[in-house]
Amino acid sequence: MISAYYFGAISLVLIGLYAVLVKKNLLKILIGLSIMETGVNLLLISIGYVSGRSAPILSEGITPSQAVDPIPQALVLTAIVIGVATTAMALSVAIILYEKYRTLNIEEIRRLRG
Amino acid sequence: MGEVVSMLKRLLSIILILIIGYWIAQGLANVPFGEDRMLVGKYYLQHVKEQTGAVNAVTAVVVNYRGFDTLGEVTVLFIASTGVAALLWRKRRERTAKTEGSLVLTTGSKLLFPFIMLFGMYIFIHGHLTPGGGFPGGATIATGFLLMYLAFIVYEIPHRGFEVTEGLAGMSYVLVGLIGLAIGGYFLFDWIWQTWHFGTSNLGRLFSGGFIPVIYTLIGIKVGTELSGIIDNMLKEEVKE
Repeated sequence: MISAYYFGAISLVLIGLYAVLVKKNLLKILIGLSIMETGVNLLLISIGYVSGRSAPILSEGITPSQAVDPIPQALVLTAIVIGVATTAMALSVAIILYEKYRTLNIEEIRRLRG
Repeated sequence: MGEVVSMLKRLLSIILILIIGYWIAQGLANVPFGEDRMLVGKYYLQHVKEQTGAVNAVTAVVVNYRGFDTLGEVTVLFIASTGVAALLWRKRRERTAKTEGSLVLTTGSKLLFPFIMLFGMYIFIHGHLTPGGGFPGGATIATGFLLMYLAFIVYEIPHRGFEVTEGLAGMSYVLVGLIGLAIGGYFLFDWIWQTWHFGTSNLGRLFSGGFIPVIYTLIGIKVGTELSGIIDNMLKEEVKE
């Protein structure tokens, strides 16, 4: 039986993928990408979890054998920032597309080209 | 006709997604949840205190052991903010919002703003002791500026100062790394802890942690100004004469 955290993380990635495949509004596709990102981060964090242990901050009487793996948390810290950066870039491209074509429907934008 | 094609597309997507989901779940079935499978992580946890002086293992990994990651991350954020500014660049850009916020909103934002700033600074200065660090602290500071932007229609960050501060903070980060190269022989060497032994006696207090608080303060300032700049660029629209 698969753990609830893995199941939730995979589901988030798949929901994001569904939005990217099916939706026609550019903003909804970007929302899908953000959801996928969240799913990947959740998966990374839950792989580093060790049952019954606390956060890897070694004060207040927490010894190294009582802390979870710090590496996935450091990786996710990086991944979140990169996700925010790419989302900001994509949103400004969406603003420009709307100013130029007056629509955010990707099929109409494709038709308007040329 | 279009309806049928759309339904077919949705159905095919759902089947494809279920297959991918089953495939990933099969792969993860061999990774049991909640079991100790640390290899390098164990080394970091056991040596973090004497090697870096920080009690927060995550910030020690981010800034000290894997400092290149953070440098790349800061670069990515810098490129993103420059890219947003380049994409949305116009000759005359102004705020076009017309409705001023209510009195409760404007007064509340004015009151909250210094507290948000203070809390943001608290987060990045105490990166080596408490959860958080430069990126959450910087994001909190940018939230304060976002609040001001949303509450007042004429509010604008002082651009010249913000852009100079952002560049200086980034350069100082590289400079701290280069001083480490000169003293210890490799880039991002923790010279404050390893060479000066500064703060070895008060581990777990504010004045310890080697160069982690220094670098996190620089990163916090940089991230705060960068995200505020992104907000500023996105809230302005082109004005036609």
